[in-house]
Amino acid sequence: MKKLGKQTYELSKPISIIAGYGLVGRKEGEGPLKNYFDDIENDDKMGEKTFEKAERKMFYKATSAVIRSAELSKEDIDLYVGGDLMNQLVSSNYVAENLQLPFLGLYNACATMTESFIVGSTFLETGGPSNVLCATGSHFSAAERQYRYPLEFGNQRQSYAQWTVTGVGASVISTKQKSSVRITKFAIGRVTDFGITDIANMGAAMAPAAMETLSTFFEETNTNQEDYDLIATGDLGKLGSDILKDLMAEKGYDLETNYIDCGHMIFNIDQDTMQGGSGAGCSASVFNSYILKKLQTGEFKKVLLISTGALMSTTTNQQGDSIPCIAHLVMFEGGVQC
Amino acid sequence: MIDKQARNEEYIAYVEKKSPKAGWAISLFHAFLMGATICCLGQMFSDIIRSFFPMLDLLTLGSWINVIVITLTILLTAFGCFDRIAKFGGAGTFIPISGFANSIASCAIEFKKEGLVFGVGAKMFYVAGPVLVNGVAYSLIVGIVYFIIGLL
Repeated sequence: MKKLGKQTYELSKPISIIAGYGLVGRKEGEGPLKNYFDDIENDDKMGEKTFEKAERKMFYKATSAVIRSAELSKEDIDLYVGGDLMNQLVSSNYVAENLQLPFLGLYNACATMTESFIVGSTFLETGGPSNVLCATGSHFSAAERQYRYPLEFGNQRQSYAQWTVTGVGASVISTKQKSSVRITKFAIGRVTDFGITDIANMGAAMAPAAMETLSTFFEETNTNQEDYDLIATGDLGKLGSDILKDLMAEKGYDLETNYIDCGHMIFNIDQDTMQGGSGAGCSASVFNSYILKKLQTGEFKKVLLISTGALMSTTTNQQGDSIPCIAHLVMFEGGVQC
Repeated sequence: MIDKQARNEEYIAYVEKKSPKAGWAISLFHAFLMGATICCLGQMFSDIIRSFFPMLDLLTLGSWINVIVITLTILLTAFGCFDRIAKFGGAGTFIPISGFANSIASCAIEFKKEGLVFGVGAKMFYVAGPVLVNGVAYSLIVGIVYFIIGLL
């Protein structure tokens, strides 16, 4: 592994994404990306008694499906990394117990998917493990219970709020087997806080973190937006991605042409989700279905995924503290000759 | 550090300008519509009850209307329709007693899974609690002011 700068690293081994699986709930399944998702769960509770159990069940389904589609068995996986939004990462913990794999639980809120890729590929680079399972996800109703109000409570959302995605994204990355999609570089984010205290305005809170990571990555690799086919942020939503475009324009980068936001594109404008999706399942499910499929076909050759996470807790927020945010960047190359 | 503070202030002002504002005229109209509908319903029940019990005094009648509105709200909350009505009506649904009933019923439904004692029992007033405390506190202040005015 080569250090390109303070935050950016280049991997020296070919690390392939040999399988990806995106599982989402009904609302996401009615959105613009419905044809890309591997599975759509129509029942919000998935036949379980509680939403927390439903989130776990999504994880079980997605992780076992991704291992199957990698044509591996559970015994071939050396390490499981990932996390979710529930306190103490309970969903991932239960899944790890069920899978009986060596497990590292990670929490960077909605940036956990790219964090998992970074940790997983670093482990692979050491030559120790050869297959790593990365999985993150979230459930709208479970997150809403933990962070906001009861579900049946009648209140109006702010026009700049976002909607937590019900979904799980899982990938198997490997040095042993080869595929046409590789992880080649990554940039580890710094925690950034521009003083936003409004918990409903996550997009505005997280946009500066994405700007810091993306501009640092451009500087440290001597590239700019034109060198990539797609630059995707995790869950800034419409407002947040507009802010990011402004912030990047100030730095001299133009994101008007090849930039998307997973949260903005997962829902239609008429689905009443205000600025779009958010949550750990947002970039995870969109990457593992939509972006990964286009990397596999070679339609995208070079993609940057920047998942953004808001790292506050309900306690600090009620005490009036501002929202610390982080963004991790992972660079993928598609259509590579095996 | 001063540099950081200036940067944050500038950014917050920028975000404030960039964030979409709720169309207040439309929200106001929706709230008026919903509030008026609830009040008309109340008046309708009141007239119906009065036609059966003409001797009923206004205070008792008012209590009956409250009971009816609360029951209806709880039923609608249980069937999962109330949050949709409230999304449309905003303060129009929240200010009448329906909002209060919904805040308690929704918590009771939500925390039932954590058990009857530590779930429903402990968290039923999770949203309504602050409203109750404030209501009592302000009525106390108003009461004192009223008392002093009465002395003069």
